[in-house]
Amino acid sequence: MADKPVSDGGAAVSDGGAAVSDGGAAVSDGGTAVSDGGTAVSDGGAQLTMVLWRGDASGGGFVEYVLPAVEGEVVLDVVHRVQATQAPDLACRWNCKAGKCGSCSAEINGKPALMCMTRMSELPPDEDVVVAPMRGFPILRDLVTDVSYNYEVAKRIPPFHPRAKTEDEVEAGGYRMAQIDVERSQEFRKCIECYLCQNVCHVIRDHEENKTAFAGPRFFARSAELEMHPLDTTDRRAILREEQGLGKCNITKCCTEVCPEHIKITDNAIIPLKERVVDASYDPIAWLGRKIRRRTKGTAAEAAATAPATGPAAVQPPVPVQGIPGVDGDVDGFYDEGTFDADAETASASQATE
Amino acid sequence: MPEYETHDFDVIVIGAGGAGLRAAIEARAQGLRTALICKSLLGKAHTVMAEGGAAAALGNVYPEDNWKVHFRDTMRGGKMLNNWRMAELHAKEAPDRVRELEEWGALFDRTKDGLITQRDFGGHRFARLAHIGDRTGLELIRTLQQKAVADGIEVFMEVKVLRLLRDADGVVSGVVGYWRPTGEFVTFTAKAVVLATGSIGKSWKYTSNSWESTGDGVAMALWAGADVIDMECVQFHPTGMVWPLSVRGILVTEGVRGDGGVLRNSEGRRFMFDYIPAMFAAETAKTEEEGDRWYDDHSAGQRPPELLPRDEVARSINSEVKAGRGSPHGGVFLDIATRRTAEDIRRRLPSMYHQFKELAGVDITAEAMEVGPTCHYAMGGVRVEADTAGTTVQGLFAAGEVAAGLHGANRLGGNSLSDLVVFGRRAGMAAAEFAAGRTGSVSVDQGQVEEAVAAALAPFGRDDGENPYDLQHDLQESMQSLVGIIRTGSELEEALGKLEVLEERATKVAVAGGRVYNPGWNLATDLPSMLTVSRAVAQGAINRKESRGGHTRDDYPTADPEMGSVNFVQRIPAGAGGSAGAGGTPSIRTITVTPEPIPEMPDELKALMELEEAH
Repeated sequence: MADKPVSDGGAAVSDGGAAVSDGGAAVSDGGTAVSDGGTAVSDGGAQLTMVLWRGDASGGGFVEYVLPAVEGEVVLDVVHRVQATQAPDLACRWNCKAGKCGSCSAEINGKPALMCMTRMSELPPDEDVVVAPMRGFPILRDLVTDVSYNYEVAKRIPPFHPRAKTEDEVEAGGYRMAQIDVERSQEFRKCIECYLCQNVCHVIRDHEENKTAFAGPRFFARSAELEMHPLDTTDRRAILREEQGLGKCNITKCCTEVCPEHIKITDNAIIPLKERVVDASYDPIAWLGRKIRRRTKGTAAEAAATAPATGPAAVQPPVPVQGIPGVDGDVDGFYDEGTFDADAETASASQATE
Repeated sequence: MPEYETHDFDVIVIGAGGAGLRAAIEARAQGLRTALICKSLLGKAHTVMAEGGAAAALGNVYPEDNWKVHFRDTMRGGKMLNNWRMAELHAKEAPDRVRELEEWGALFDRTKDGLITQRDFGGHRFARLAHIGDRTGLELIRTLQQKAVADGIEVFMEVKVLRLLRDADGVVSGVVGYWRPTGEFVTFTAKAVVLATGSIGKSWKYTSNSWESTGDGVAMALWAGADVIDMECVQFHPTGMVWPLSVRGILVTEGVRGDGGVLRNSEGRRFMFDYIPAMFAAETAKTEEEGDRWYDDHSAGQRPPELLPRDEVARSINSEVKAGRGSPHGGVFLDIATRRTAEDIRRRLPSMYHQFKELAGVDITAEAMEVGPTCHYAMGGVRVEADTAGTTVQGLFAAGEVAAGLHGANRLGGNSLSDLVVFGRRAGMAAAEFAAGRTGSVSVDQGQVEEAVAAALAPFGRDDGENPYDLQHDLQESMQSLVGIIRTGSELEEALGKLEVLEERATKVAVAGGRVYNPGWNLATDLPSMLTVSRAVAQGAINRKESRGGHTRDDYPTADPEMGSVNFVQRIPAGAGGSAGAGGTPSIRTITVTPEPIPEMPDELKALMELEEAH
């Protein structure tokens, strides 16, 4: 069997054109040795076909690999067997192989998922398995994408800044928090940063230009986690509205659907954040209150100025809090505005709280 | 001579798991220009896999717990091979390091009084593990990662470090590596380097470790002339998944047993009652009823034998399987379904529930899990000075799993997460101090850089050489079958013979494709590390003619006090071998093994060992 370019087998990635000419692709040798604990099933050497996207930023296409079927495998196992026996340079990112590190995100038969947590037996048995890289990020090579956007956004989240310990806590040796109060943020701290939610979020999936002004579901969940953290004192609402594009989310819940940790990103993170932002921005009583007395929570800018408790600012100043690269937000001005402008936040939040 | 991308820092930390992150945070806090280099993306290091918790004598659940008891448990768990000073520092400082994580945003599970709650684990006298369900490692790495980002530490992600560079005086002056996404080489000059590269477990077939755990730190330290110790002491975690085969080796947290789970053989018997060693008899339950009472009140009986230290439990499971009383897929049964309510199991062990459900189709709230030993942790590694984490090479520090000493011959569960933060901090502090005090300019030796680059590129020049995956596969088979959980002299000698052949084959590895994100090439550059640490483990195992902790010899089945008084120190003597080894490294056949006395414990600590507890 020769290398064979296949048309887009339902995967979300558009076929870049020419098949990658790959020395080791699609072999007919059904008896290829199975590595690492796998044993070929005994019923006459059943075969499976895996169709993988090969290529780089300049283009590429799907390449078919045929290999023996092995019981109990996940998609990542098969990709590893392709690497070990047919295409040693097949690029794929992975680490833990147990759904805990979030490295092996891909689009399997068009559905965004972790390769290590997708069992072959759950996929239609008579169809080829098509694996493509995440479409929401630039291709590095084969199944590996450049996810640096996420690491850039992470730098712009105003960091955790706890309240002081009470006298009782100093004596007890640690903060006191009720289990029920930590559980709200714990839900978001389950996040394994697989970035599948970022990948499917249509605000950026189909609109690259929005990346400069949109933090994405992963980082809304991070902000929610901090906003709901029993100890945190920083107010991130202005930044969320002004610079991180919270209002652009119109709660289609794509992020929640793909989350391998089953975090309710939309319901438990984004919608409550929208409500908080709306309260802060448009509630006339709150506005009056702000005019009369200082807020108890500091602004994000204040927090950023005081946050690096251990970082010697003299040597390396902390990353300035600003918008996603390319956007210059006006944080301070925001709190002085008392005017109502019909923004997406209001619309979607009221929709959500019905 | 080609020009490479270069960077200059005061302190370079290699590895961004818990120890590396904590070291970088500390060096940065001391005002030093600090960078982190990691082989994967930030936040993916093996620390995320840690499940059960971080051991620290906070005394939140049992006020009678304190550092002395933790120290004693650690030394006994390590079969007294530990570096006592490291065990002392660890027991004393772990509580502060855990509370510090909370100050940086970590959200541990709480007691009724709102403090950090603690869970039971093997070998720990009291419930001692601060935890977040069964995903404590994720919480720890995320907390430290977010702190490092907030502090503005530069991170070089997906960079594989090939070699440590040394100046004319032998002091470490930097590192050379390559960017995995581009294949371009990069050099770093540094006044001090911290190794935090983690484990060596990828040399075995069934392992809980990821592809990254190739022993790069231990190998690079050896090549640079540093001492390594206790390499024979490898922990096989008693409970890895055994089925399906593709997930064999993946960890099942000890928290299952800490929370009431029990081990049964094919006859349904709780066989651990048959394997209680004399050393732990006084503090282990004699009957199931007594063991069960203990879960609710530790003064109502002794702990069940399922919570013996890991080496004991792993050997016992091995024996049951060998005796024909194993589960259908060659493990034993771990049952929590009949012991706790489904709701409790899902709340306390959410990721285990998820893992078995999705990977094995097993509902652990209704069925028993099948589990068996899996290669998990290296107690041995780079020899360090306890207080500073300084190695025997100037300017080189090591913390976390890559360093040796704290855990002796067997690590207690929960002691590694606390190890990371206690000694990560100390390494960062000492590296910063060393860097700050280092005078004169630091430059890298271009010759050493070129040697490393040439070795890394060599596989591209071979047309019909060895497939690196085949070589890795054969190495894993050899180490699994010959240097596994139970060892004998003849098999270890056989392993050394096989390693020689593999070392020879490694010089003929060929890779296809280009340098851009090429896993085949990446593996080819990891093989020299894997072969180096594999040899060190085999050599150490041959020399330690006794059974102690994670090192079990069929031909020397008992502990020998004389052997227990020495560490087997391995090093490449200066001037030995040149660059004859696989991948242009110093020839690893010149690694020598020398027994050296373990540090003598002061009397006041000895007294703690004899302490007879009130319970």
